[in-house]
Amino acid sequence: MKKKRVIPGFGLSLGITLTMLSIIVLIPLASLVVFTARMEWKDIIATITRGRVLSSFYVSFLTAFVASVINAVMGMVLAWVLVRYDFPGKRLMDGMIELPFALPTAVAGMSLTFLTTDNGWIGSFFAKFGIHIAYTRIGITVALIFIGIPFVIRSVQPVLEKLDPAYEEAAGVLGASRFTIFWKVIFPEVKPALFAGFGLAFGRCLGEYGSVVFIAGNKPYYTEITPLIIMSELQEYDYSSATAIALVMLITAFLILFINNMIQARNTRILTGGR
Amino acid sequence: MKNRKIRFTAAGLSTVIVLGSLSGTVAFAGDSTSIVNVSYDPTRELYEQYNEIFKEHWKEQTGQDLEITQSHGGSGKQALEVANGLEADVVTLALEYDVKAVEEAGLIEEGWIDEFPLDSSPYTSTIVFLVREGNPKDIQDWDDLVKEDVGVITPNPKTSGGARWNYLAAWAYADQLYGGDEDQIKDFIKKLYENVLVLDSGARGATTSFVENGQGDVLIAWENEAYLSVQDYPDDYEIITPSISILAQPSVAVVDSVVDKRGTREVATEYLNYLYSDEAQRIAGDNFYRPSNEEILKEYADVFNLDINLVTIADFGGWTEAQETHFADGGVFDQIYEQ
Repeated sequence: MKKKRVIPGFGLSLGITLTMLSIIVLIPLASLVVFTARMEWKDIIATITRGRVLSSFYVSFLTAFVASVINAVMGMVLAWVLVRYDFPGKRLMDGMIELPFALPTAVAGMSLTFLTTDNGWIGSFFAKFGIHIAYTRIGITVALIFIGIPFVIRSVQPVLEKLDPAYEEAAGVLGASRFTIFWKVIFPEVKPALFAGFGLAFGRCLGEYGSVVFIAGNKPYYTEITPLIIMSELQEYDYSSATAIALVMLITAFLILFINNMIQARNTRILTGGR
Repeated sequence: MKNRKIRFTAAGLSTVIVLGSLSGTVAFAGDSTSIVNVSYDPTRELYEQYNEIFKEHWKEQTGQDLEITQSHGGSGKQALEVANGLEADVVTLALEYDVKAVEEAGLIEEGWIDEFPLDSSPYTSTIVFLVREGNPKDIQDWDDLVKEDVGVITPNPKTSGGARWNYLAAWAYADQLYGGDEDQIKDFIKKLYENVLVLDSGARGATTSFVENGQGDVLIAWENEAYLSVQDYPDDYEIITPSISILAQPSVAVVDSVVDKRGTREVATEYLNYLYSDEAQRIAGDNFYRPSNEEILKEYADVFNLDINLVTIADFGGWTEAQETHFADGGVFDQIYEQ
């Protein structure tokens, strides 16, 4: 027997959801699989295990991961400052957070490169200590931090805003140190949002092409990212190789985001007492 | 009820309008027509000027008003988009190989390369060096680029169609230097690319790295791009013409399936034909492309170094072979980076 739902409109809204999801996400992804399926298994394996491709996976995942970890920490701090303190220019700063979303990524890449080459404003300072930013993996990470930071801040901010200061006060009255208050009271509340922000930023960073190609230098085996390899396959009109490489990236990213979600779900279950 | 009907009609109409303008192919009946020219990045200024004179020419000939839509981008990307269905009446791309990709998609008929004079290349260019003012590293020829303290900027031939000419020009030099000994040539190319500091994905990106970001001592560039940089910053850069280089032949073609569908074959063909007229050849020369008309090229003898020894893509067995040998996966360019 059909179970009656309390909220009406389930059929219609699920229909819309599935249609939307199919057109925007599933069908394009399925075409990736179809394109790749034109290759034989051994060709696919040969394509994705070429030295340059493997090293590009390494570079892409490493820089995206490092950038997202840095973003998680710095995004948390920024969100905290924006929520908890009042200072002149706060509104302006709050508005600026979204700029990386709006700016064409190529422009971001070009200006970051301009600043961080060994004779740029920022780059010349670091060059004195022998640290080169542009055209190294550090440069890629810098670009990805720029691209990813809004995701973390915008995920964490609303949770922090809703957090009732009464809990902190209670903890303080009970004699908890400031560190304990943060670690035991605030952080557990924020953690799911922080993980979500991290996941979003990581996913976005993996696929980022526009800004990275300008700052990376694109040296094979050193700063060549996977999206660039995919672009060069397309340039050779080799669709199936391009989609095979893209598919590996996609599956890996999906697994990472899925695990991320699982951890969150588990946390929520524990927090809500196993319901 | 009536109200509702009107609303539906309005919604339907606006959908039609939106779809029509999205597809961008609203055809004009009567005495006006339109064509789309899909080209690559550094021809922007050239076609801006050429389109003006061609519109006049077409109006004189037929009395029709002509609207020309330009699209510019990386040559390979542009070819892909046309192959995937972007409606272009003509393509004017950086290399034959890219036009061939459109041919292979079934949109251009075989034999297009002979449809217009001189391999369907109304203007040509070559590969030169752009160095910093005073030429501090004293770079005169290709062998100066493999010296240890020289930083080279050139785009990645795998992602940039234009950069394949750069690579082949270097190969042509080494080929002559070592009398065709392949191991030595490969070694030369390997050393050259070891000196490359930034391997940008496209030609404009490489120019930015060299000019704006101050990277490297020498930029390997298309002649027309190099002249544009010198025009913008006359005190900062010099052009060095190497002893040997390659004749870069950008290709033009009518996209048969599109012009047949839109009924624009006549105007599209004339559009490309008129590129060979004296007037258009001079526009090419003014934009630092070498006019393919020998007579007009001579008028620009004080601009271009006409003594340069130029090899052509035919010396590499044509684009398909050059592509297979050098730039395909596992080709020579991949080999020189293998560890």
